[in-house]
Amino acid sequence: MSRPSAIEVVNVSKRFGDYTALDHVDFKIFQNEFFTLLGPSGCGKTTLLRMIAGFETPSAGTLLLNGKEIAQMPAHKRRVNTVFQNYALFPHMTLSQNIAFGLKNLGWDKTRITERVGRMLEMVHMEQFAARKPDQLSGGQRQRIALARALAAEPEVLLLDEPLSALDLKLRQAMRDELRTLQRETGITFVFVTHDQEEALDMSDRIAVMGNGRVQQIGSPKEIYEDPGNRFVADFIGDTNFLDGEVIAVEGAQATIRTALGTDITTSHQGLSGPGPATMSIRPEKIGVNEQAEGALFDATVRSRNYMGGFTHYTVQVGEVTLRLSRRNAQSHQDSLEIGSTVRIGFREPNARVLGQ
Amino acid sequence: MSQNIRTYPGLRPLSILFFLWLYLPIGVVVFYSFNDNRLVSVWTGFSTKWYAAALENEALMGALEISLTVALISTLCATLIALLAAIVLTRATDMKFRRVSETVVNLPLLLPEIVLAVAVLILFSQIGLTNGLLKLVLAHTAFCTPFAFLPIRARLQGMSLDFEEAARDLYAAPFTAFRLVTLPMILPGVFAGAMTAFVMSMDDFITSNLLNSGGATTLPVYIFSLIRQGTTPELNAISTLLIAASLLLATLVLILNARAMRRS
Amino acid sequence: MSRTFRFWGLVPAWALMLLTLIVPILIVAGVSVAERGAYGGFDWGFDITSYRQILFTEGWTDELEFDPKYLAIIARTLIFAGAATAICVLLALPVAYYIAQQSARLKIVLLYLVTLPFWVSMIVRVYAWLIILGNDGLLERVYRLFGGADISGFLFTPGAMITGMVYSYIPLMILPVYASVEKIDPALIEASHDLYGGRWTALRRVILPLAAPGLTAGSILVFVPSLGTVLEPMLLGGGKQLMMGTLIQTQFGGARNWPFGAAIAMVLLTLVVIVLLLNARRATRQAEVAL
Repeated sequence: MSRPSAIEVVNVSKRFGDYTALDHVDFKIFQNEFFTLLGPSGCGKTTLLRMIAGFETPSAGTLLLNGKEIAQMPAHKRRVNTVFQNYALFPHMTLSQNIAFGLKNLGWDKTRITERVGRMLEMVHMEQFAARKPDQLSGGQRQRIALARALAAEPEVLLLDEPLSALDLKLRQAMRDELRTLQRETGITFVFVTHDQEEALDMSDRIAVMGNGRVQQIGSPKEIYEDPGNRFVADFIGDTNFLDGEVIAVEGAQATIRTALGTDITTSHQGLSGPGPATMSIRPEKIGVNEQAEGALFDATVRSRNYMGGFTHYTVQVGEVTLRLSRRNAQSHQDSLEIGSTVRIGFREPNARVLGQ
Repeated sequence: MSQNIRTYPGLRPLSILFFLWLYLPIGVVVFYSFNDNRLVSVWTGFSTKWYAAALENEALMGALEISLTVALISTLCATLIALLAAIVLTRATDMKFRRVSETVVNLPLLLPEIVLAVAVLILFSQIGLTNGLLKLVLAHTAFCTPFAFLPIRARLQGMSLDFEEAARDLYAAPFTAFRLVTLPMILPGVFAGAMTAFVMSMDDFITSNLLNSGGATTLPVYIFSLIRQGTTPELNAISTLLIAASLLLATLVLILNARAMRRS
Repeated sequence: MSRTFRFWGLVPAWALMLLTLIVPILIVAGVSVAERGAYGGFDWGFDITSYRQILFTEGWTDELEFDPKYLAIIARTLIFAGAATAICVLLALPVAYYIAQQSARLKIVLLYLVTLPFWVSMIVRVYAWLIILGNDGLLERVYRLFGGADISGFLFTPGAMITGMVYSYIPLMILPVYASVEKIDPALIEASHDLYGGRWTALRRVILPLAAPGLTAGSILVFVPSLGTVLEPMLLGGGKQLMMGTLIQTQFGGARNWPFGAAIAMVLLTLVVIVLLLNARRATRQAEVAL
């Protein structure tokens, strides 16, 4: 099966002087998908986005937009539009003029532009603001106009550069749903850049986790979280316990690892070719306590407790190993574990992952 | 009673005295321009006759015409040159010779004007340039350029690059992006720069005086020759008109700057 | 930005400055070592007579005699420019500090009032002082009104010239000083008082050090044009108190000794360049410290 790809990033590298921003990046973004570039600041995600938009050129490698090479094509000739982080709405133009800007440059005739601008304003529920200037709008309204402006010419790909970061928390949640709906309705490929993993997990069809100028893993939100491809991804997405150890046997997709826990754990692995040093990862919410403990069982001493409302986070000690675990507070006035007390903890071996170094 | 620890005794009266001192000379000139008496400092009554005399003074009007012609042409040239240079120097940051180019554009501000005036005087005499107006325009364009350059550059630097990228992203070719987005957004800076250049050209004495030949006597040079003949109420009237014009332009520039600042 | 535009965008500015500034200054340097022409002007050559003339006069029998006449003018220029700069500092610091304490609205108004006179034609501003300081002028009348002796002679004094220079250039001092004073966090002054310092300590140990960058910038902005000033010595000094600017000017006017005028111009240019270089060096050293 091969889905048609909207964008192909072919072995792209980008250097700024001695600094390597992108290091042999190679992947495809499919048509009509909501694709997210996720990573900490400085990971190269913004550089990659700017490269697709046409504001940077690759030092090596190339880019294809619907099969056509665009690496050297100037920004104004690419059928790609951007929603900027701070929206970059032209302050000297009304909202209508902002939305019409791209259409005029494409040479559309007047009636068609008027009709289109009206439709776009309607789409973002801003019809009554057509004659206003950007500085008369709230953050959320600006965001909508930036979207309308970028979508007006029906680009082949829409790029969004951390568009939610300037909004307050409540609005951000609402805009997530709105963006997702808009993407489904228009069927346009969205490439979304963010450092916020929750945003990425919530909205995306697929996520590329980036770190140190490389793509660390590409997959669905669930794959990224449940089957992190390496230590970087496991560490960046969500919270986890890492235990360094020695793989003593590899059999197909399964590996057995010996760690300071004392019990050998057999579970699926990523990127191992044979025995040797490796890391085991087990997420805090996958460790059960007392009656919820199952699978590999250990006696542990409670060391600290942090009450977070919906959850309570604990650190416990098993021999030399410190583990973090979290319990959902399913009942009100649920008994909490006393610091210093001994408890029984456990996790099912398939919930752990063995990661190569 | 606790006192504001940030204030110091005497600050307020000193500042008030300072502002009085700052406006005293201007006030004196304006006041005596309405004096009926021929002697400048002997007040005998209110009159506007010296304004009438000034406006009928053909030599004065001739000098004004020269000054306006020189200032308008120099301002236009200086602003265009400064605009081009400012765009390149703010937008092509990785360029070679950027620092030295910026220094060169600002050179007239750094060096004493009398030296520059002597330099062009000798140059013009060496190449045999005798057209008085052309000499003035060339020299004025040079020293007006940094005055036009600085506000334009400030505006370009204050403008986020996002806007130009957004324009390119929305299918605007480079020149279209400049015409529809960059230029309208830096226009207050361009106006402020042009007006500063205009005022500097109109006010200039040192260069214009040294180049004064070929029938190109500017207004300040003409006023200087009047002062040499002694202070007169007519001189006060002329000065008052000049003060009024300067203050009007200054206010316009300050309003433009303030509006530009509020926007960014 | 395309390479062609990068190049052609700077060509007009470079051409203008080369043609009207850089090349002409090189010519001035050349003229300063040329020979004085028989009928004004000059003849190309290499002759240091003009520079020698700054220090020596030629006696009847061609022997050189030390003559401090021109050295005195150079010294006077430096002293007057320095005095004007110092007075500007003393005035600007309290005024800028006072402005910085006002409400946002009043700040704008006061700053506007500071810059406004600067837009008025230089010749008009100097002329105004001529009226005030002149014979039977405003100052003398006020002086007499308060029972002073019937004196005259405020004009054509160093005081008159320095007053004119301070008046001409004070906005160039106040604006940078204000810019640095305005940035001082009031909490710093409160902290100074909190740590048992009095008003004087706060001024000396907090305000002055933090205002220093503005004071330096303002001093350069006032000192450099003061060195080359022409109108104040001509009108308020009455041509009796020559400064370098006026000396240069006269060599290209009535006296017509172009090589000598060019030599003085080169001396003035050298002084200014030294000031600017010292300032640039200090700035880079500060930048290094900051790093």
